[in-house]
Amino acid sequence: MRLLSTYLIGLIFGTGIAISGMANPAKVLNFFDVAGRWDPSLIFVMGGAVVVTFLGYRIVLRRPAPLIDPAFHLPDNPRIDARLLGGSALFGVGWGIAGFCPGGALPALGTGRIEVVAFVAAMIAGIYLAKGLLSLSGARAARLLRRET
Amino acid sequence: MSHLSLLETAFTPWPSLAGGVLIGLASVMLMLTLGRIMGVTGVLAGVLTPQAHPDIGWRLALLAGMISAPLAVLAVTGQMPVVQVPVSMPMLLVGGVVVGVGVTLGSGCTSGHGVCGMARLSRRSFAATLTFMITTGVTVFILRHGLGG
Repeated sequence: MRLLSTYLIGLIFGTGIAISGMANPAKVLNFFDVAGRWDPSLIFVMGGAVVVTFLGYRIVLRRPAPLIDPAFHLPDNPRIDARLLGGSALFGVGWGIAGFCPGGALPALGTGRIEVVAFVAAMIAGIYLAKGLLSLSGARAARLLRRET
Repeated sequence: MSHLSLLETAFTPWPSLAGGVLIGLASVMLMLTLGRIMGVTGVLAGVLTPQAHPDIGWRLALLAGMISAPLAVLAVTGQMPVVQVPVSMPMLLVGGVVVGVGVTLGSGCTSGHGVCGMARLSRRSFAATLTFMITTGVTVFILRHGLGG
């Protein structure tokens, strides 16, 4: 039940990504190319997703608990720090180079295109690389991180 | 960049809005059922480091749903979702690694920070989203217009 409902949620998410254009790097890159072949479509993706989620969360988060889990798992870290901003800045550079973000690339995997497979493999390598960096101890990690970001 | 980067894409406000609404619905449903943020970075990281995230079943189910979405679109519409990749293979690999490192350090991507975090009015997610939208735009500008392009 839990796995089936979660599978269907993934299917809805992936279908949304697929029809919105987020899985299409040409469209994503043209959205950011305001000075060139600007395609503003992705404003509608972001707008639709944020508005629906904002309204839905208002209702759902009034509940004492979710339907099939004992508690909500909400991030509660309020810190806006160099790691958050540096990591996000790097993510944007990669997104601008490749045209895929993680949520765009994973549903695109289902098309079987070799370009998507290559991107996702490289992204997974990057995730392990960053986790390796983060797991290095205290001062050394901070030093490496500063160099990285 | 090559001639491929000059791919035109049509403005598609309605499919993009519909896709965005589906992304939002999936995000709300995941919160309603499991109390979880629909952040693709977090879900993928959980699968890649199972020793730190023992509750792997729902994450795998969610990813399976996402990856099967293009086939569902094919079954319903008779066409695979459009994926145009105006990026060379080396650049895809570089972009992939940079995205992987960035989203790990920044603890989220377009779905986690850009949709769910902003919908929760998280200052951290607003800061992250603003940061990566700016660096993506700057990267696309430099690659398309800054290097003799």
